[in-house]
Amino acid sequence: MAEQFAALIIVVPLISSLLVPVIGWGQKKLCYPWVVAVLVVPLICSLGILNTVLTTGKFSYRLGGWAPPWGIEYAIDHLNAFVLVIVSFISLMVAIHSKKSVEKELSEKTVPFYTLFLLLVTGLLGIVITGDAFNLFVFLEIASLSCYALIAIGEEGAPIAAFNYIIIGTIGACFYLLGVGYLYIATGSLNMADLANILPDLYHSKVILVAFAFFTVGIAIKGGLFPLHTWLPDAYCTAPSAVSSLIAPLMTKVAAYVMIRLMFTVFQPHFSVEIVPVFAILGWLSVFAIFWGGIKALAQTDIKRMLVYVLVAEVGYIVIGVSVANRVGLTGAILHIMNDAVMMTCLFLVVGAILYKTGTREIHQFRHLNKKMPFTMAAFTITALSMCGIPPACGFFSKWYLIQGTIEAGQWVWAAALLCSSLINAVLFFRVIECAYLKPMEPAYAHNAGETHGEILRDEAPFTMLVPIVIMAAGVIFLGIFSGKIISSVIQFAVPASF
Amino acid sequence: MDVIYSSRPLWAVLVSMIAAFLILATGEKNRNIRESWTIMAALAKFLIVLSMVPVILQGKVIEYTIVTFYPGLLLQFRIDAFGMLFGVIASSLWILTSFYSIGYVRGLNEHAQTRYFFAFAMCLSSTIGIAFSANLLTFLVFYEILTIATYPLVIHSESKEGIMAGRKYLAYTLTAGCVLLFAIAAIYYMTGTLDFKAGGFIAGSGSSAVLIMLFAMLIMGFGVKAGLMPMHEWLPSAMVAPTPVSALLHAVAVVKAGVFGCLRVILYVFGPGLLHDLGIWLIMAYIASFTIIVAGFLALGQDHLKRRLAFSTINNLAMIILGAALLTKSSMTGGIIHMANHAFMKITLFFCAGALHVKVHKDYVSQLDGIGRQMPLTMGAFAIAAIGLSGIPPMSGFISKWFLCLGALEANQIIFLFVLMTSAMLDVAFFFPIIYNSFFKKPLDDVTPHFDEAPMFMVIPLVITALLSIVFGIVPDAFFRFFSLTSLAVQNIMGVG
Repeated sequence: MAEQFAALIIVVPLISSLLVPVIGWGQKKLCYPWVVAVLVVPLICSLGILNTVLTTGKFSYRLGGWAPPWGIEYAIDHLNAFVLVIVSFISLMVAIHSKKSVEKELSEKTVPFYTLFLLLVTGLLGIVITGDAFNLFVFLEIASLSCYALIAIGEEGAPIAAFNYIIIGTIGACFYLLGVGYLYIATGSLNMADLANILPDLYHSKVILVAFAFFTVGIAIKGGLFPLHTWLPDAYCTAPSAVSSLIAPLMTKVAAYVMIRLMFTVFQPHFSVEIVPVFAILGWLSVFAIFWGGIKALAQTDIKRMLVYVLVAEVGYIVIGVSVANRVGLTGAILHIMNDAVMMTCLFLVVGAILYKTGTREIHQFRHLNKKMPFTMAAFTITALSMCGIPPACGFFSKWYLIQGTIEAGQWVWAAALLCSSLINAVLFFRVIECAYLKPMEPAYAHNAGETHGEILRDEAPFTMLVPIVIMAAGVIFLGIFSGKIISSVIQFAVPASF
Repeated sequence: MDVIYSSRPLWAVLVSMIAAFLILATGEKNRNIRESWTIMAALAKFLIVLSMVPVILQGKVIEYTIVTFYPGLLLQFRIDAFGMLFGVIASSLWILTSFYSIGYVRGLNEHAQTRYFFAFAMCLSSTIGIAFSANLLTFLVFYEILTIATYPLVIHSESKEGIMAGRKYLAYTLTAGCVLLFAIAAIYYMTGTLDFKAGGFIAGSGSSAVLIMLFAMLIMGFGVKAGLMPMHEWLPSAMVAPTPVSALLHAVAVVKAGVFGCLRVILYVFGPGLLHDLGIWLIMAYIASFTIIVAGFLALGQDHLKRRLAFSTINNLAMIILGAALLTKSSMTGGIIHMANHAFMKITLFFCAGALHVKVHKDYVSQLDGIGRQMPLTMGAFAIAAIGLSGIPPMSGFISKWFLCLGALEANQIIFLFVLMTSAMLDVAFFFPIIYNSFFKKPLDDVTPHFDEAPMFMVIPLVITALLSIVFGIVPDAFFRFFSLTSLAVQNIMGVG
């Protein structure tokens, strides 16, 4: 059983997603428990895989028993075992959270929603687990297509946003595919490990350079790196809450994973660092991403839109960590993949809960939310502090390693950008905290509360929403305290050995 | 040096953090139970801290490792004489402030009392964490927690003024935190260690330009909380907070954490030897002197009593930094012991300001005519502390001034002697009118002419701190062994440097 985990983690959600319409046909209500139950399987599998990797080192799984490089191989090392746990855990949390918000926002479309939801998770898990460049494209398209559809069922303006995303996203996917095609022409192989062996002899070939350029741009589009992020804010903001809480944290992180995988596994680090000056370009783009995302976020009054722009800045964080191209920076990038995924999930889940309870996402209408939803707001505050880089929450530690990386690389401007970004985050999030905790009550609002003394009654989010939120907030603290343990047992092996 | 491994430092930090959550769980409905958590945590913390004093005085250090992130990068407590001194000051005054707070918030029937006591306990927890931290990273972690934990207290009133003060406070301190993070990361990159070492550890790890830049960044980062000019602006604004907050945090815990950080940087990261070689000690001393004089003059112009006290705080904090920057044995002794002496005297003054606010709702110096007849205990305590801060014997302020002046002479910098003298005269100039007016001027119409004091919860703590500042002036080593701790710390630093 245990050796089949690598296959089960993909097959179970894939088959189950196709079963959702069958189940939903009879009883719509059964979709939710079915999806939650199904998503426990990838979590168990990924934990099993991580355990195997930690005890015996990296291994590969041959799909259908075909030997690589001809057959499809799932190559699992510390890096993707780690990302798999993140993806499966967060998708389970979001699924648990989705119950009420889907009932409210998508009551007519529950069945297609859950079908696509599982397909999206399958795609994300597939991208991470596969060791085959073309197979990665297939999963990328599974994830993207279900993503387009999920976004399109959102609020007003969602179809247009989804349409924009389809066009740009398809270009991104095409670029990636072209890159794979070029590599195949030059090497005759699609297997990543195999490619890594063949490529060093061809590093100065123009075909390889072009392929590398296609890869970089394609992944930058999928990951929403400035200035290719233009599709992202609208798409993620207009999507239904349950969808944005899944894709906002995960899609960008998975793209960052693919970037690390391509640049440091398929291509040797010395190619990506010395032969092509790609990291100088990406690093400076990330600086712009950080400032652009931050400034646009400052201009928003809608909290979800604000978070989406913060996300654009956060992508910059990770790419800076990759771009400094040293061990400690990459450690920071990988750590931040986890930390940011957890923080973003928590924030989006909180926004989902607030939207469900109060029907608003406007920050200035958040008055007295601390009394109405004390636990939700406490979780929000913890995560917000973590975003500002206050220890012992996890955001501080990714910042620490990223800054170490920039110092080691001598990139002072990048370091300054990272520091400024946490100050911008402080402004952004304390604005929300001030609105929720402090502003004096308006008479009209007190009247609505129905109490003569204006006492605000507790009106906490439903249990299915609160549990994932509290778990994620606790995660923000614990991942911070145990970040040393995580780095020494997993991440230091996930960083390519050549550093 | 003998090292003793013990979890007591951790408990000293955790006890108030646990209490903070108990306070939150108890809530507004059971006020007495909630307050009992505060008192119990304060007493427990004080006893834990005090129990470690004898060990430290034997020249040993107590160590406890919380987490190791990486070799050389860890969260660790190590208590030396200097940290112990700060720990004893903060934890002993917390007990008095707790009682005083209860009197204050109940006297004014304040809102959001649970939040208030929660944040207070968190602040103390991080202050002790700062006092006991073994390295710059641990220091930074608790320093940032302290920043955030103080925020709810600054904005406590939730008025527009309070919220603006809170924003200003965050803007100053979070920026400082970023600068610190960068400087500390750079030091770690250069040396591979962050452990404080008496006499410094950074020498020889970089060119002098780099070291000077790092020194500037660290002093900037810690100087913000220490109110070093020109980064002091947040402190007078933060006086909008309730008075117990101003008393403990803006006279003892938060600002002293900044000063403590500056001293750690000067004496334990860079060390006297290196600062002499780089020649920046003199610049540091001039910056501190500038702050001393300017803050003294600004204090003269304040009519709001708490703002006047805030500028006096800035003045005194800079004096502590001056003592360290002069790098001689006596000046360091004077600076370090002044951390303790100033704490007891300044908290007395703030307690008095709070008592006036609660009892007669007076916040301005110009309203205090004749108030001494109604509240003789409060104003008497005020007079003692004010005289002490001006450096007149037998109050404890004299001891610190004496050593500081000696230090200025030892350093062959006669100019700083004049700085200290001028500062003493300014102290007299802005404190004595208050004493004179309150006792000798004809009472204003709204002053009750007979004895009518503030609640006993408030008066008793302020009388105790006033008496203690006399006691420490006559017997500097009484009760808490401040003087022994100070000399031990100075010995450690000079022994190496």
